[in-house]
Amino acid sequence: MFKIISKKILSSNIKSFEISAPDIAKNAKAGQFVILRLHEKGERIPLTIAGTDAVNGTIRIIFQEAGKTTTELGTLNEGQYIRDVLGPLGHPTEIKNCGTIVAVAGGVGTAEVLPVIKSLLKAGNKVITIVGARNKDLLILEDELKENSSQLLIATDDGSYGVKGFVTNILADVISKEKINIVYAIGPVPMMKAVSNMTKEHNIETLVSLNPIMVDGTGMCGACRVRVNGKIKFACVDGPEFDAHKVNWDELVSRLSLFKKYEAESFENFKHNPECKCHKE
Amino acid sequence: MPQRIKMPERHPEERNQDFKQVNTGYTQEQAETEARRCLQCKKPLCVQGCPVEINIPGFIKQIADKNFNKAITVLKEKNNLPAVCGRVCPQENQCEKFCILGKKSEPIAIGNLERFTADWAASNIKDEKNTIKSNGIKIAVVGSGPAGLTCAGDLAKLGYDITVFESLHDSGGVLRYGIPEFRLPCDVLDAEINTLKALGIKFVFNCLIGRTKTIQDLFDEGFKSVFIGAGAGLPSFLNIEGENYNNIYSANEFLSRVNLMSAFKFPDFDTPIHRGKNVVVIGGGNTAMDSARTAKRLGAQSVKLVYRRTQQEMPARLEERKHALEEGIEFIELTAPVKFLADEKGFVKAMECVKMELGAPDASGRRKPVEISGSNFLIDADVVILALGLHPNPVLPSLVKSLETDSHGYLIIDEKFMTKLNGVFAGGDIAGGSTVIEAMGMGKQAAKNMHAFLKEHIHHPPDDSAEG
Repeated sequence: MFKIISKKILSSNIKSFEISAPDIAKNAKAGQFVILRLHEKGERIPLTIAGTDAVNGTIRIIFQEAGKTTTELGTLNEGQYIRDVLGPLGHPTEIKNCGTIVAVAGGVGTAEVLPVIKSLLKAGNKVITIVGARNKDLLILEDELKENSSQLLIATDDGSYGVKGFVTNILADVISKEKINIVYAIGPVPMMKAVSNMTKEHNIETLVSLNPIMVDGTGMCGACRVRVNGKIKFACVDGPEFDAHKVNWDELVSRLSLFKKYEAESFENFKHNPECKCHKE
Repeated sequence: MPQRIKMPERHPEERNQDFKQVNTGYTQEQAETEARRCLQCKKPLCVQGCPVEINIPGFIKQIADKNFNKAITVLKEKNNLPAVCGRVCPQENQCEKFCILGKKSEPIAIGNLERFTADWAASNIKDEKNTIKSNGIKIAVVGSGPAGLTCAGDLAKLGYDITVFESLHDSGGVLRYGIPEFRLPCDVLDAEINTLKALGIKFVFNCLIGRTKTIQDLFDEGFKSVFIGAGAGLPSFLNIEGENYNNIYSANEFLSRVNLMSAFKFPDFDTPIHRGKNVVVIGGGNTAMDSARTAKRLGAQSVKLVYRRTQQEMPARLEERKHALEEGIEFIELTAPVKFLADEKGFVKAMECVKMELGAPDASGRRKPVEISGSNFLIDADVVILALGLHPNPVLPSLVKSLETDSHGYLIIDEKFMTKLNGVFAGGDIAGGSTVIEAMGMGKQAAKNMHAFLKEHIHHPPDDSAEG
């Protein structure tokens, strides 16, 4: 059982938890994820680790309430428990000094990019962070991003904050102005795909962190298989980061829709009769 | 000579509707009658065929004499998982193959008697208090599958302080996520693991050694030796067009969803699985049979098992093949997949196949299937399950360079089951074992060698008087 030490509400549907998990906190590095299961009847879902505190033995997860499990997770409070948390999983981001890096994040990916830019900045890179949100209210972690970037650029779909438009509009502008060594993108698949298409044209190395459906998360089941450079790769043990220009995006989008019907059914059931599942130790 | 007593089983039409056990087990009378057929050979050949060296005539004699309590004691001297072995071991290729009775009639039903004894014990004996004297020496076992559990059990009996680290949220490894409830019910597995807990073995879940803790962390925490039984990983795929279409699953994913995650109880349980109408399973091993029979139980109208050789060459046990056929699984032999076809949303709808014929024997001694050109045809399928075998789990070997692997990715171990890392032993799938009983045999041999290693290498040698 993993205790929730603190809970913060970052926006209307994005929440942040600090969870007591000393072993994970000790060994986790930027770019890795955990698999969690809320209770005996729960499913196993992957969530990127948004931060660690090795001294206090906690990890931070930030999630958007999008379906049954994430919404149920959001109902938990400080002092309650998550039954299973496994991690850190996947290969960490390779952190080295390679010059100028642009980190592009959208939605809840903003949380996931945070530990990566933190490490990259520490390693001596110039880090330009571009984040996108639908509107100002949905923008999260602005202060922390600013603190861990050389420059922070913001886009909102409705223009309520920062530049009106998409992250790719800003990216195009940055590309036109300076030499970029690596682009790192994390967020919704359409965003990552758009970034990838743009950087491919300019021949800029681009890494993306993929989040396909997973079950065990340890290389056993093959649910998370993605096609990279024509070959099957397992996001859980070969990834989660891959060369964006080699990812088969259409296949990824299709595979993410595998259980849509069931996910909707499960969510509806939950909304109409959220069972009381006791998260006490 | 009296006939071998058949294992009672439920009617195919009834059992293929639910996940309850297919084989219902001997009654006491049946077990006694069968046990009395045993010739009690002075030099029993059957024991040679047992990877965990059970005193087979010994426990059978006790059944014949109605001393079930003693029968389980004899079994447990060597086997920590008799209820599992009695259900899933391929006895026909092991102990029973050597039985003298088999020369003239049918061999004694060793597996059925093992199962009877274990089940009798589970319902008649309460776990006894742990009387083993601990030697205080800590050993870490990585993975709670058949190899790890066997190794842990044997070492615990010798007085070691054992902690089993498991990456999943529950114990048993492939026995839990792979083998379906109708062959090995969870409560039977739970009972078996509880008897190991009663020996003082501790379990830590959600702990992937290599990531959550490193091998070095384990030594730093005071563990004096480590056994790695991390099992298989990375299911094989076909490398053909369309195999990432939706509702094409590896057998591991399909079975994990149903067995480990209880997807057959969706939406009460959160993990979904698509219940196909026309299910195609590719492969001819026990996992293929388990997948096909599971799909049938999820309500499929048609389940076809496609195999590129013929039934005779299938690696699956005869019993599993027979059960599958009885339950309405259709075998399509001498057929190989060519590509998959999908609807506009990327969901599989059919599989293109080609007919095969058997040519000259290959390296495995089996006749090699050769494609008959132009014989392509389509099979409708809304769910496809690929049961094509597995590669060893890559996580730990890839993170610890000194754990060398061979060209297939298996951990290299010496004749004492030690890896290239001093004090770290391995067995089961990750070191080249491929069946449950083979993994158990390796776990057992590793335990013996770990005991010898520790006696030699640590300051306070364990007290041999604890050896049972």
